[in-house]
Order: sequence, then C-alpha cells, then structure tokens
Amino acid sequence: MNLDAKIPSGPMAQKWDKHQFDLKLVNPANKRKYEVIVVGSGLAGASAAATLAELGYNVKCFCFQDSPRRAHSIAAQGGINAAKNYQNDGDSVHRLFYDTVKGGDYRSREANVHRLAQVSVNIIDQCAAQGVPFAREYGGLLANRSFGGAQVSRTFYARGQTGQQLLLGAYSSLSRQIGLGKVQMFPRTEMLDVVLVDGHAKGIVVRDMVSGEISRHSAHAVVLATGGYGNAFFLSTNAMGCNVTAAFRAYKRGAAFANPCYTQIHPTCIPVSGEHQSKLTLMSESLRNDGRVWVPKSQAVAEKIRKGELKASDVAETDRDYYLERKYPSFGNLVPRDVASRNAKEACDEGRGVVGSGLGVYLDFEDAIKRLGEGAVRERYGNLFDMYEKITGSNAYQNPMTIFPAVHYTMGGLWVDYNLMSNVPGLYVVGEANFSDHGANRLGASALMQGLADGYFVLPYTIGQYLAEVGPDDRPDTNSAEFVGTEETVRAQIDKLLSIKGKRTPTSFHRELGQIMWDKCGMARSKAGLEAAIKKIPELRAEFWDNLNVPGENGSLNQSLEQAGRVADFLEFGELMCRDALQREESCGGHFREEHQTPEGEAKRDDENFSFVGAWEYKGENQTPELHKENLVYEEVKMTQRSYK
Amino acid sequence: MDKLMNLKLKVWRQDNADDVGRFEEYEAHDISPDMSFLEMLDVVNEGLIESGKEPIAFDSDCREGICGTCSMVINGAAHGGQKGTTACQLHMRHFSDGMTITVEPWRATAFPVHRDLVVDRTAFDRIQQKGGFISVRTGSVPDANAIPVPKDQSDLAMDAAQCIGCGACVAACKNASAMLFVAAKISHLSLVPQGQPERERRALAMVKQMDDEGFGNCTVTGSCEAVCPKEISLDFIARMNREYGRALIKKGTI
Repeated sequence: MNLDAKIPSGPMAQKWDKHQFDLKLVNPANKRKYEVIVVGSGLAGASAAATLAELGYNVKCFCFQDSPRRAHSIAAQGGINAAKNYQNDGDSVHRLFYDTVKGGDYRSREANVHRLAQVSVNIIDQCAAQGVPFAREYGGLLANRSFGGAQVSRTFYARGQTGQQLLLGAYSSLSRQIGLGKVQMFPRTEMLDVVLVDGHAKGIVVRDMVSGEISRHSAHAVVLATGGYGNAFFLSTNAMGCNVTAAFRAYKRGAAFANPCYTQIHPTCIPVSGEHQSKLTLMSESLRNDGRVWVPKSQAVAEKIRKGELKASDVAETDRDYYLERKYPSFGNLVPRDVASRNAKEACDEGRGVVGSGLGVYLDFEDAIKRLGEGAVRERYGNLFDMYEKITGSNAYQNPMTIFPAVHYTMGGLWVDYNLMSNVPGLYVVGEANFSDHGANRLGASALMQGLADGYFVLPYTIGQYLAEVGPDDRPDTNSAEFVGTEETVRAQIDKLLSIKGKRTPTSFHRELGQIMWDKCGMARSKAGLEAAIKKIPELRAEFWDNLNVPGENGSLNQSLEQAGRVADFLEFGELMCRDALQREESCGGHFREEHQTPEGEAKRDDENFSFVGAWEYKGENQTPELHKENLVYEEVKMTQRSYK
Repeated sequence: MDKLMNLKLKVWRQDNADDVGRFEEYEAHDISPDMSFLEMLDVVNEGLIESGKEPIAFDSDCREGICGTCSMVINGAAHGGQKGTTACQLHMRHFSDGMTITVEPWRATAFPVHRDLVVDRTAFDRIQQKGGFISVRTGSVPDANAIPVPKDQSDLAMDAAQCIGCGACVAACKNASAMLFVAAKISHLSLVPQGQPERERRALAMVKQMDDEGFGNCTVTGSCEAVCPKEISLDFIARMNREYGRALIKKGTI
C-alpha cells in the first residue's frame, strides 16, 4: 500500500505557497467539462461543493438529510479558531500551528496542520463576507474569546450557535450555486458504495431514501465529506443519522482507514437517564470556567445521594472531593478534555458517582453564584442552564448540575495525503471524515476550522492537479461493468437485510455494540478488554445477519432499512477500532491504555515506537486487516510530555 | 425515579404522498418522564417492529434542538407547544399518566407528506436558492474587520439568523404562510452591510418563490411566533414587508 504523504519540500512556512504554484491548473474553459461528486453537505462538503462550482466544475452533491442545511456541523456551539491576532495578544499562524500539534499529542502531520493554521485567517474573511453574524464589539469589529484553555483569544463565535451560522453561510453559497445550475443537489439520498474503475474512484451508487430507487452516478473525482464515526458507540453527541457507511464502504474498496481508535470524549455532557436514551447532549465546556467538579469523598455518602436519601446541599464542604482541583492544582477544573473525562470515570468507578446509574459527577456553580451573583452567571451561561433544565427538569442555579463524559468527535478517518486524496486515486476526503489534522486529540473550536479550511481553501486547489492529469474524457459510462457490478453488490446487501426476518431490531444490535465499545474501547482501554471485544463483536455480527428484523420493503421510505445498513457497517468498523486500539501500545490524547500510564495515572506516550499513523487495509470479509505505517517526522515542533499538574 | 406513565397515542399514518392517510391508535407503556417525546416514539417503534408491524416514520437528527429536522404537531401544536422547544427537546414530564396524545405531520400544500410524519420541505431550499445568500466567491473577499458592523445591528441580524428552518411556522399558520421563515432570512441579510448590494433583488426573488411554492399569505395572527422554537419575532415580518415595498419602489415597479 502506497502511503506517500506527498509533503512538499522546503521550509514549513513556505510549503503551501510553493505547492499551490507547483499544482497543475485546469484551463478555465475546460472546467465545465468536469464532473465532481461531493458526498455530504456539512461544513466541509457544502464549502467544497460551492467553491468547486464557483470555479466552473459541475458538481453533484448528496446528503442523507432532507436539506443540506441540517448536517451535524450545525450543532457545534463554541466557536472557530483563526490566527487573526485581532486581540494583539501574541497569536500567530505559527502559534496556532504549534498549539494544534501539541494539543494533538504529537500524532498529527505537521505540514497539514501548518497549512490549516495558515488558511484559518481566510475562513473568517470568507464567512464575514457571507454575512455570518459573528459576535462583535461596540466599535463594530469582531469579538474573540479564549477557548479550551488556549493562552490567546483566537476563537470567533456567534452566540452559542457558531456551527449553525457557519453552516448556514456555506449553505447559502451552495444554494446560490444550485440556483445557478452548477450544483445538482440530491437530498435524502444515501451513498452506499464507491465505484472504482481501473483503480480510480469514478462514481458512487446511491439510494433515494424516499422512493428506494438505487442509482449510479459517475464523475471525474469523488469527494467524501461524510463526517465522523462517533455513533459506533451508539450513544454520542452526534446526530441520529451520523454514520460511518460512506467511509467504511470506501475502506472496503481499498481506501486505508487511519487511526480509527482516536476518539474524543467530551467531559461536560448530560448523563444518561435510562435505557431509552437515544443520544447524549453536550454542554459547552466553557461551563468549567466557573463550575467546580466534585463527588463525595466517601462511597457511603454517594450511595445515599444515588438513592435519593441525600441531596448535594446536604454534603458538608469537608466531605466533598474537588478532585480536579486536588490533583491538578495549576489547571484545576480547566484541564484538557481527555484528562477531565478520565478523572470523572475514575471517580465513578470508585463508587462515588452521584446519579442513579452511578455515572455522573457534580458541576457546581454555588461558589460562582456567591462570588458573581446569579445575574452574572445567568448572563454568561443562561442558555446552557435553560437547556439543562429543559432536558433534566432540574434548576442548576439551585442544585449543582450533574455531568458525565460522552463520545463527541473522532480524530481518525480515511487516510489522505497532503492533497487530501486517499490512497485510492480520485477519491478525496475532507473534514472530520479524514484523519490528518488533529492527531490523537482535537482542540476546542478546531473542528469548524478544519472543515471549512478543507472545503473552501485546500481541496479546490489540490483536486485540480488530479483532474488535469486525468483529463476531461476520463469519466466512465454508468453502464460499464464496474458500475453495474457495484450496484448489484448494493442491491444484494439490501435484499439480504430485508430477507432475514429474525427477531431483533436494528437498534437493539446497535445498542449492544455501543455498550461493548464504551466498556472496552472507551475512555480507558486494556489489552484484555480489547481482546474480549474483538472476540465478542464478530459474534454479535453473526447474530445480526441471522436474527435481524427489518420490516417493510426497499421500495419506499424505510427508516429501519437505512438504520440496518449503517449498523451493519458499525458492526465491522467497531472491531477495526478495537484492533487499532490494541496495536497502539501507548497512551496518547484521547487514546488511553491502562497499561501505559505514569505512576500518577497520566497518559504515557511512546514516541520511539508509536510516532506513526496507523493505516489499515481491508483484506476481505472476516479476514484480519493489515496495518501500514506512515511515520511522523517533526521538523518544527519539539515533542514534549503534556503536564497539567 | 419518578412514576412511569401509560399513554394512548393517536398517530397519523400515511404510506406515501398519494395515500389518503388515517389515524391509528397505539399504547405507550412504562414511559419515563425523563424521556424526550421522540424517545417515547422510539420505544413505541421498537414494540411495533417486534410485533411485526412497520414503525412510525418521523424525521429527527441532532435531537438537541438545532438542526430543524424534527417536525410534528403534538396535540394540535407544532412541536408540542412548549415555549422555545423543538419536539426533540420536549420531555415526557410535561404529560401525565393516562393521557391521549395526538401526533400529526406538518400540514401544508407546500409540504407534501412523504410518509407518516415525514414531509417534504424542499420548498424552503428553493426559496433560499432564489436569493438567500450574498454573492461572494471564495477568496475574493476583504479582511473580516475591513467592514465594521454596529453591534446592535449585528445582534439583531443574529436574532433573525438563528431560524432553524423547521417549518413549524407554516404548520401553525391557518394560511400555511412561510412569511416568518422568509422574513428571518431577508432580515438577516438586509441588516448586515455585506448584504446591501443585493437587497432589492433578494427581497423580490425570495417573496416571488415563496408565492410560487403555494404558501399562503400572512394575516398577522402571530401563531407562527408562538410556536417558533427559536422565538423569532413577528417584527421581522414587518421588516420583510418594508424590504419588499422598498424594493418595488426602488426597482420602479410601482
């Protein structure tokens, strides 16, 4: 397998500029002779589709939602980073680059991250010109805030709805191109396979989710912008529809899947309330600026709280354990996401959790209300307190919130080179669906930045090189054997799912898989646990194909069928995540192996042996996939051990 | 743990756009007050599948009140009638044991039913495609701070921009008018300086498409504002009407 990252030569700060000049251009008059397929319409997909159409390419854009405006980028709350240095507080492209590499625990590719930091400034200009109503100061200039423990204020935001406003900006550009006839939009359409012709990605097979019609679409290149795979855990902060199907089916066609074990667990989510839970809700981590995290010192007190015999206010100050402040005196409640999450788990594992299920800790605003007054707390966090009350029925001004970590983002994804092309020629991957920029841990407010960087400013340049090389005639007929064959594979799977007529619903399998993943491949992982999961998942998969019940038929809107197809892929993909977590005999970022920790219980990296990207090659059904390595070389940033003591 | 509830549901079932549709009754047992309304439907659906029946089709995605996908009329109110709340954030603690709950799709000519509670809202997208944008090419833009925007104006634009495009306004309106939705977009873009060059053509084009899609007119009853999960103000409709009138005059149409 060829994992040549194609990193341009020359000094780090000049690589992208030099590369842009070196890239081949497509003659303006020829652009309209090219067709590009974009799958997904979130920040990365919508911005890519709109920009490619502006350049003159013909674009077909597909999304499973009923409108491109609804992709899950819309749910991002906090903000978007950019190295504008508008605050004059010492930010720079180099600092954003450095922070991102360090935050990723030295497992990302330097050159890609540097480019991300470079184009971050253009994103803000672009969005402001689209009319995105960013927060502003009275002078009319853009406001910033510091986010996720960053030492500079580089985060731009639009109230608590930054993702929504940025997505609506990209959607507006996309809508304009649809109106102009340059983008053909296919909502409620799910990609079920990618078609390879002579080893190049030349099209996709999709299902119309209303009529059930299966159709073939050919193009000169295919772009996947299909998001992350957090729903492998069943419960996550992802939307119900988020899935790994497009990426996974590309993997099965030969695209390497990189670092699937890197998942981010967000510490401040609302705890699970019962068996019926369908998803988890995140509350901005800005709450940790003023909230104090604690559990009772003793298990006995915690148990009384769980039974409802005691309330938080009944616990005396001396009986409380503010464990983050105790263990990390210099960062306190503001330790990074992975550290805060692991410590909450540890407290609950010790039997000191404070909600009925035992899986929850307090986030207490009592001191902040005493210090600042309820009005000031309301001004800062009012919308979050309201949301909390809407979901839990509890007033957080009077009682502490209860929180627990939840799966939030996935840093792994399809392997791409510097041009964002996978190892399959013609197949590009952008946004959360690729692996390259966040290493083993993503910093707050960087997901929006990466999605838009890829879609607006990177892919539209780099894809030109491939298109120029293959030429306008290289677009196969959808009646070719490859297209027909791929459609047959898709149809066969749908027929199979519908024909089992067993006893269990797709949801019940998904929930069971999620439990295995959370227990064995969640916040803390061990060799024994992962090996147990690798044994258990194939058993569950076998039962799925034997005892699944999908009612209805293919020829109409059938949500059970859609879900069954996605669960089928998660049942294979979950095993791949566990295999990757098993091979990575170190702890880094969001990947914590119990065997690899410092005496104080912190993550311990092994740079000598694991400073590589783990890229997996599919080897066939029920065959062990093969691991390939892209070694990570750090020219600019010196690797250090993170410490928050 | 609060007491579990048993409920009776009357749910609209319709196989496809051509089907006439009918109400069907279901029992929902052991419903926890901590469940969201959609999680209650999930439980009912699991039971339906297990008993060999087809589950109730309904739209949802983010389940945190921001994507605008969920869309159902609950006991006669779009999204269930809790102030500023989408159906996905409506929790069962607002219902009581033994209640009968009626669940219907958005009903509007411009929103044909795909199946059960799932409707086609692409009319909204087509309105946006006619002018819900500022025509800027990627890259050809000035520095973000080159054009200052007064904070009050930017905040007001944000009030309008937070519309989630769910369509509850249409579902609640006796005329199935889309005025609140269209007004939110026109207002947002006419309030920021970047939106000025296309101000008139945007207002004219979006209103025309709204009419062409078959949405009704506004008679200012305010039912849209009452159900809007983002509490978009009716004032924006007045603003849109001013924008439209202004555009007609400036374009010399009247």
